[in-house]
Amino acid sequence: MQWETVIGLEVHVQLATKSKIFSGASTAFGAEPNSQACAVDLGLPGVLPVLNEQAVAMAVQFGLGIHAEIPEVSVFDRKNYFYPDLPKGYQTSQMYHPIVGPGEVEITLEDGSTKAVRVHHAHLEEDAGKSLHETFADGRGHAMTGIDLNRAGTPLLEIVSEPDMRSAREAAAYLKAIHSIVTYLGISDGNMAEGSMRCDVNVSVRPRGQASFGTRAEIKNVNSFRFVERAIEFEVERQIELLEDGGEVIQETRLFDPERDETRSMRTKEQANDYRYFPCPDLLPVVLDRAYVDHLRDTLPELPAAKRARFQDELGLSAYDAGVLSASREMAEYFEAVKEVCGDAKLAANWVQGELSGALNREGLPIQDSPVSATQLGELVSRVMDDTINGKAAKQVFQALWNGEGQSADEVIEAKGLKQVTDSGAIEAMIDQVIADSPAQVAQYRDAEPDKRGKMIGYFVGQVMKASRGTANPQQVNALLKEKLDALC
Amino acid sequence: MHDTTLTALAAGLAAGEFSSRELTQALLARIERLDGELNSFITLTAEQALDAADQADAARAAGNAGPLTGVPLALKDLFCTEGVRTSAGSKMLDTFVAPYDATVVEKLKAAGTVSLGKTNMDEFAMGSSNENSFYGAVHNPWHRNAVPGGSSGGSAAAVAAGLVPAAMGTDTGGSIRQPAAFCGITGLKPTYGRVSRYGIIAYASSLDQAGPMARTAEDCARLLTAIAGHDLRDSTSVARGVPDYTQELDAPLAGLRIGLPREYFGEGLDPAVERAVREAIGVFETLGATLREVSLPHTHYAIPAYYVIAPAEASSNLARYDGVRFGHRCDAPADLTDLYKRSRAEGFGEEVKRRILMGTHTLSEGFFDAYYKKAQQVRRLIRQDFLDAFDEVDVLMGPTSPTPAFDLGAKKDPVSMYLQDIYTIAINLAGIPGISVPAGFVGGCPAEGRPAEGRPVGLQILGTHFAEARLLNVAHQFQQATDWHLRRPAIAEETL
Repeated sequence: MQWETVIGLEVHVQLATKSKIFSGASTAFGAEPNSQACAVDLGLPGVLPVLNEQAVAMAVQFGLGIHAEIPEVSVFDRKNYFYPDLPKGYQTSQMYHPIVGPGEVEITLEDGSTKAVRVHHAHLEEDAGKSLHETFADGRGHAMTGIDLNRAGTPLLEIVSEPDMRSAREAAAYLKAIHSIVTYLGISDGNMAEGSMRCDVNVSVRPRGQASFGTRAEIKNVNSFRFVERAIEFEVERQIELLEDGGEVIQETRLFDPERDETRSMRTKEQANDYRYFPCPDLLPVVLDRAYVDHLRDTLPELPAAKRARFQDELGLSAYDAGVLSASREMAEYFEAVKEVCGDAKLAANWVQGELSGALNREGLPIQDSPVSATQLGELVSRVMDDTINGKAAKQVFQALWNGEGQSADEVIEAKGLKQVTDSGAIEAMIDQVIADSPAQVAQYRDAEPDKRGKMIGYFVGQVMKASRGTANPQQVNALLKEKLDALC
Repeated sequence: MHDTTLTALAAGLAAGEFSSRELTQALLARIERLDGELNSFITLTAEQALDAADQADAARAAGNAGPLTGVPLALKDLFCTEGVRTSAGSKMLDTFVAPYDATVVEKLKAAGTVSLGKTNMDEFAMGSSNENSFYGAVHNPWHRNAVPGGSSGGSAAAVAAGLVPAAMGTDTGGSIRQPAAFCGITGLKPTYGRVSRYGIIAYASSLDQAGPMARTAEDCARLLTAIAGHDLRDSTSVARGVPDYTQELDAPLAGLRIGLPREYFGEGLDPAVERAVREAIGVFETLGATLREVSLPHTHYAIPAYYVIAPAEASSNLARYDGVRFGHRCDAPADLTDLYKRSRAEGFGEEVKRRILMGTHTLSEGFFDAYYKKAQQVRRLIRQDFLDAFDEVDVLMGPTSPTPAFDLGAKKDPVSMYLQDIYTIAINLAGIPGISVPAGFVGGCPAEGRPAEGRPVGLQILGTHFAEARLLNVAHQFQQATDWHLRRPAIAEETL
């Protein structure tokens, strides 16, 4: 039987607010356990939440970024359940009236085609703390669990998609698109390793052509693009095997174990909590003024899809280049800065995707940590464009800048004497010397059929370039060599 | 010195007749000696009180005294008080020392008042008799066998007995007004949002409101002026200016339109209470007010709606008491579930558990629409009843409670206890302010030889949202024309 996979994602994005969603405590990552939890975060008796306006603005910006409806009124609800790292015994979330209504995210697939994935809604909520199960003991040898409430109250935007994705790759592309939108907007650092973006994946399979959905499993807390793909691939295979063996999929929550590359059952529907949602009486409904939303819309930065289109239409880049260069805000900003300095989009694109990306990948650095700044690279490209250096020398200059041997391309060119030699007298002198030093090769050249000579000239070019330490203009060398060698025939 | 109003004590302090330290010491001594009979305090904070009194005296000497500088009072043990045990009347918080001050406490400290301690109350403010306290029942100063009312029973008893001139209470369904009525004092529940809830241990967040309990409306006006106002830490507090509530006290009542809700004089009302209340209302006619009957047609839905909404919110508000971070934790839990179950089973009393169960049930899947949602619809209708009535009249009047203080242990059935709040509960659902003032006695008047069975009756006066100044004015004028608020139980006249 032919099976079709159906996937929906719930993506939790940690918003980059300075303070927590309902308190003034800092949200910075990595502090000493429980050093960033105030009375409100601890859920002490008598404390009350106060909504962080910045979190509201960020959520609305996201909504505008995916062309979603922004309802005038949204309401916080309490989701009630007991867990040691949930200080109040409920999570403040938005169940019935979320801040962001239906919208759409465009994803780009590997073949360059695009697809729209519908977003059902996005809502604001607070994060819980962390339970630390490792190596705690109470002194009498009993294992204990530590609770770190630094994360408690960190603002999250939960983005709930429709079940519109049909493969692990589409799911990963969707996650990447969300990542790029939130980082473009600057509303999240998007750091998946630190948990700034996590997702729950709903997966089901159905016979191709069947209209109704199969029973789904929810895979909780997947925290990397790669894990999303692997978790889905495993889960799809598991469900298909189950169904083909005559079994049935049960609705349940599963956990992805990246070590063993499998999903495991956490709890079934029957064991699911009744969260007893009801409107939080401590918080007023959020009423958004039209003017406020319009202002946020007017000040929205250019988003990936618009940027990609502009790179293609206005800068003449290929669909592929435009996609790669607009994938992250940092990449796009870097590329545009290089282009600004050198004035040539195509060359700037080649350098950013070629030499720079190669070096970054080798060292495992993100583009914002590149040792070569966009200005430096832009100037370097300019020097290639104005024939100050040739391509080969340019690579040397890049490497020197990468290694910190000089502040600018010009400085490196000067210091290393890489300026291209275009003085034909000087080049001719070098050619004469090479011809004089290579009687055997000259003889071979002379004896060869004229149509084979083209290939043989490469040796002489190499020798001349070597003699010039790479600085001779290769086109000139080529032309002059051909002239002189042919004169000998 | 002890048996007088807050206003008179403030004047005495200002005139230098006595110092705050002297006054504080005298009251602390009275509490030490007499409160054994009443059990109105859970925690006495003598040391902090004397420090605060000295600071107040120093401020006065330096010429920095405000109207309440050096005035002693007490706080219901629901207000978080920095460095002081704040128990909410529960075993659950028997060891909880609050690390911060509630906004009300902060404001009272800033005003220079001196808190003598934390008063007894029904556990987590759930009750109408103060019998649901982990620290034991409070006795009514008028009659030791009677309850003081609840949940602010300790505050009411302490004021009535002359242990403190005033105390802070909270009112979720009548918890200021009913004990004020039972103990023969004046108690004001402000408009929801008038006083910050920050630092007040939550029972039912959409209904809870703090207010003053004192001898007179004038005393309440002084205290409300100090504690009211917008608080950035409480999103439900209202950004609205705070007047000096003493300014309007003397306005004449000529032309005042008083509405008498038909539903507040019906079945279940003790005839003796009704007689006293009607007589009190007659006084207003002599002051130039006009009376008319009005209807609040949804009154009989108030108690059922309240007992859906309040327990629902409570079930969630009290989830934080899980034995993990603070409060009672059971011994040697076997695992997490055991920790939760036993900590909560041991830490909470019967009534609290009953309300948590009710609230958990009504919020459950499949019941939410039938209970919680319906109750919210009823709540809107009840609110509208009042708004419609206030289109026609300035204030509403009726009994605070259908009976005077009942005997300790008399109401074993929770529903009969819930029915006690029939005249007070709708006010919280509507969010409007209400005040209870002493308006007579049932079973014998203390002025005629103070018979043991004499129990105070409270007149409740209601106004529209933010009409506190009007309510205090009306109550004050009544107290200028009557002397019910000056009658004292025997214990108040005991000197050391």
